[in-house]
Amino acid sequence: MSALLQVRGLSHHYGQRIGCQDVSFDLHPGELLCIVGESGSGKSTLLKTAAAQLAPSSGSVRYHQRDGDWLDLEELSEANRRRLAREEWGFVTQNPRDGLRLNVSAGANVAERLMAMGMRNYGQLRDIAKGWLERVEIDPARIDDAPTAFSGGMQQRLQIARTLVTQPRLVFMDEPTAGLDVSVQARILDLLRRLVNELGLAAVMVTHDLAVARLLAARTMVMQGGRVVETGLTDQILDDPQHPYTQLLVSSVLTT
Amino acid sequence: MTSNYNFAFLDENTKRMLRRALLKAVAIPGYQVPFGSREMPLPYGWGTGGIQLTAALLGPDDVLKVIDQGADDTTNAVNIRRFFARVAGVTTTERTTEASVIQTRHRIPETPLREDQILVFQVPEPEPLRTLEPREAETRTLHALADYGLMHVKLYEDIAQYGHIATSYDYPVLVDGRFLTSPSPIPKFDNPKLDHSPALMLFGAGREKRLYAIPPYTKVESLAFDDHPFEIQRWEHQCELCGSDESYLDEVVVDDRGSRMFVCSDTDYCRQRRAEQAA
Amino acid sequence: MTASAMTASAIAAPLVTAFASPMLELRGLGKSFELHHQHGARLDVLDDVELTLHAGECVVLSGPSGAGKSSLLRVIYANYRPSRGAVRVRHDGDWLDLAEATPHQVLEVRRRTLGYVSQFLRVIPRVPALDIVAEPLIEAGLSLPEARQRAGALLHRLNVPERLWRLPPGTFSGGEQQRVNIARGLIVSRPLLLLDEPTASLDADNRSVVAELLEEAREAGSAVLGIFHDEDMRDRVATRLFPMHPLQIA
Repeated sequence: MSALLQVRGLSHHYGQRIGCQDVSFDLHPGELLCIVGESGSGKSTLLKTAAAQLAPSSGSVRYHQRDGDWLDLEELSEANRRRLAREEWGFVTQNPRDGLRLNVSAGANVAERLMAMGMRNYGQLRDIAKGWLERVEIDPARIDDAPTAFSGGMQQRLQIARTLVTQPRLVFMDEPTAGLDVSVQARILDLLRRLVNELGLAAVMVTHDLAVARLLAARTMVMQGGRVVETGLTDQILDDPQHPYTQLLVSSVLTT
Repeated sequence: MTSNYNFAFLDENTKRMLRRALLKAVAIPGYQVPFGSREMPLPYGWGTGGIQLTAALLGPDDVLKVIDQGADDTTNAVNIRRFFARVAGVTTTERTTEASVIQTRHRIPETPLREDQILVFQVPEPEPLRTLEPREAETRTLHALADYGLMHVKLYEDIAQYGHIATSYDYPVLVDGRFLTSPSPIPKFDNPKLDHSPALMLFGAGREKRLYAIPPYTKVESLAFDDHPFEIQRWEHQCELCGSDESYLDEVVVDDRGSRMFVCSDTDYCRQRRAEQAA
Repeated sequence: MTASAMTASAIAAPLVTAFASPMLELRGLGKSFELHHQHGARLDVLDDVELTLHAGECVVLSGPSGAGKSSLLRVIYANYRPSRGAVRVRHDGDWLDLAEATPHQVLEVRRRTLGYVSQFLRVIPRVPALDIVAEPLIEAGLSLPEARQRAGALLHRLNVPERLWRLPPGTFSGGEQQRVNIARGLIVSRPLLLLDEPTASLDADNRSVVAELLEEAREAGSAVLGIFHDEDMRDRVATRLFPMHPLQIA
C-alpha cells in the first residue's frame, strides 16, 4: 500500500527556537496517526507545518493526489494550496471558535466549503447541511441558529461537519477534544472514530491524552522538545514504552 | 470661477496620480486600485472619493450633473455641483442627457446613458467581502485567487433568514467574470444597468483610498443561487407625478397624518416625462 | 469425556505436527524491560524461547505465574517489542519476522493473520456490544447488516442475552464482557490465534462453548496458542503443552 502523505526531515523554527525538528513519517490512506507529547513539545507546530499552514524551515511534505500524482507542498502555489486545503484536506482546531464562522448560521458554516467549490443550488446546499448536522448529532432544526448559541461540544461537532462536508481524504486535528467535559469528549471521540471508518479518512491528530490515542489511533508518535522520540504501534508504545520520556508519560497517566 | 485654486481644486500632480490609477482600473475591470486620497473640503462619507475622481476627469468643456439618491436638489448634490462650478467653472446641469460627467450617490439615472458619458460613483466601502472577512490581507488574497465562496455565504444567510435574498442595495456583482465588486450602495434595481453599459463607470472611495472601474460594454453579473435567481424590486404603484411604472420609486410621507405617495427617485427623469406629457 | 478428548488429541498431535504446515516460529526469543525511571532497572521476563506452532494445533502455555506466559503472547502479538530473537509468522504464505516488521506490516498481519483475545474487553464508549463484535467483519469488508447478523449469531451462541446487544458493554458483568471479547476475537477466522485466559470468569457451560469454538477453529486449520489456568479447559483444548519457568534473577 502506498502512502498518502510523506513527511521527510521536516523542521519548523521560530527564529532561534525549535518548533519541530527533523520529523519524518508516512501516513497511509484510511489511517489515523496520533501525535502525543506534553504542551510545548512541538505537536501543533508539526501538525501545522505538515498541513502547509506553516512554512517548513527545512524538509519536505509530499501528498499523493487522487489522480495518483505526487505533489510537493513546497512547490504548491497559494491557489492550489487553498484548493487542496478546501477540497481534499480538512483542519479541525482545538477551539471551535477558531474554525467556525461565528457570525453566520450553522447551515452556512457547513455549506461554506461547498459554495467555495462552486455549488450554487440553495435547496441542495441546505439538504446536505441538514444531513451533516444529523450525522454529527445536531438537531437539523437548528440549522439557522448561530454557532454562538451552541455549547462547546456542539460547536466542535459543527466544526467537524463543516470540515468533512467536502469528503476530504486527509484531516488534521489539533486537540479536538481538549477543553471539553469528559462525557462530551467521549461522544466526539466516538463520532470521529465512526466517521473516520465510514469515510475511509486518513487523519493526523494531536493530543496530550494517551487514552485518546489508544482509542482512535493504530499508530502513535511521541514528541519531546520538538523531536520525535518514539514512534510505532499505539498499543506497543503504551504497553511497552522504550524511551525514558515515553515511560514517564505513560506512567504519569491517572487510572480510574 | 475662483482663481485662488488650481483648476478643479486638486493640483495637477494629484490629478495625474488619479488618472494613472483610473487607467489601471479601466484596464483591470472591477479591481480595486489603491490611490493617494487627499483631504477634501468636506468630510468622509460625503463623497470625497467621487469628488476626487470628478476633479481628475473634468475639463473646461465638460458639463457636470450631480445626483444624490437620484435627486439633483438634495444638499449633497447641490453642494458638490456648486463646488465644481466655483473651482472649475464648468457648466452644470440637472439633465441627464446634457451631462458629460455625472457624479452620483446611490443611484444610476433612469435615462439610458451614452458612450460619451462617464458616471462617477461615491463609494463608502469598496470591499464587498469586508463584513465577512475583516482582514485586508485576506480579502486581497481572495480577490487574487478569485475565491468568492464567502460572498455566497452572505446570500445563503439572507435566504435562510428571510426566505429570499434580502440584500436590496450594494448587491454584489462579478465584473467581467473575474472580480467580485461592490456596485456602491445603489439599489439592486439598478444592477442590470451596469451590465454592458455604454458609459464608463468609475468608483471612488475616499476614506478607503480605493478606486475601480467598469469599462463600457463589460459583462456585469449579479450573484445568485440557481434556485434563487437575481431579481429586482417591483412596485404595485406608479409614480404619482409622471405615472411611470418602470422607474425606481421613493415612498414619501406628505403630511402629519401619515399619508404617503410614491414618486420617481430620479427627479430629472420624472420632470422630463411630465414635460413631455404637458407638451 | 475429558480423558477421551485428551487421548484423541494426544493421538492426533503427532499427525498434525508431521503433516500440517508451521504457522509460527519463535527463535531465540527474549524480552527484557528497561525501566529508565527505576534507576535503570532491567527486568528479564523471557529468554531464548524456541517454539514452532503448526496449523491445526492448540498449544497451551503452562507454568506458574511469573513464568512469562502472558508476556510471551504479547511479544508474539507485537504488543511488546522483543529484545532478542525472531517472531516468524506465516502471513499470506510468506514468512515475516514481526521483530523486524514495520508497524504497517504488523497491522496487516493483525488484520488478517494474527488474532489476540485477552482477559479484558477494552470498551469503546457508546458503541453497542453487537457493533463491537461486528467491527472486525466490517473491517474485513462485510456489509453492516451481514456483519451484525453474524455477530448476533455468535453472541447468541455464547449465551449473551439479546437485550444486551444494543447496549455498550461498559456496564456488563465480567463474564458478559469476556464473552463479548471472545466473540470479537473469534468472529473473523484467523490462521493464528493467541488467547490469554479468555475463559477466566466464565461458568462451565460457557467455557464449553468456547472450547467448541476453538475446536472448530482448529479443524478449520487455525493454529492456537493459549493460556488456560482452568485444568479441565486446558485438557479439553490442548493438543500439546508448552512448559515455561520463571527466569532466575541473576
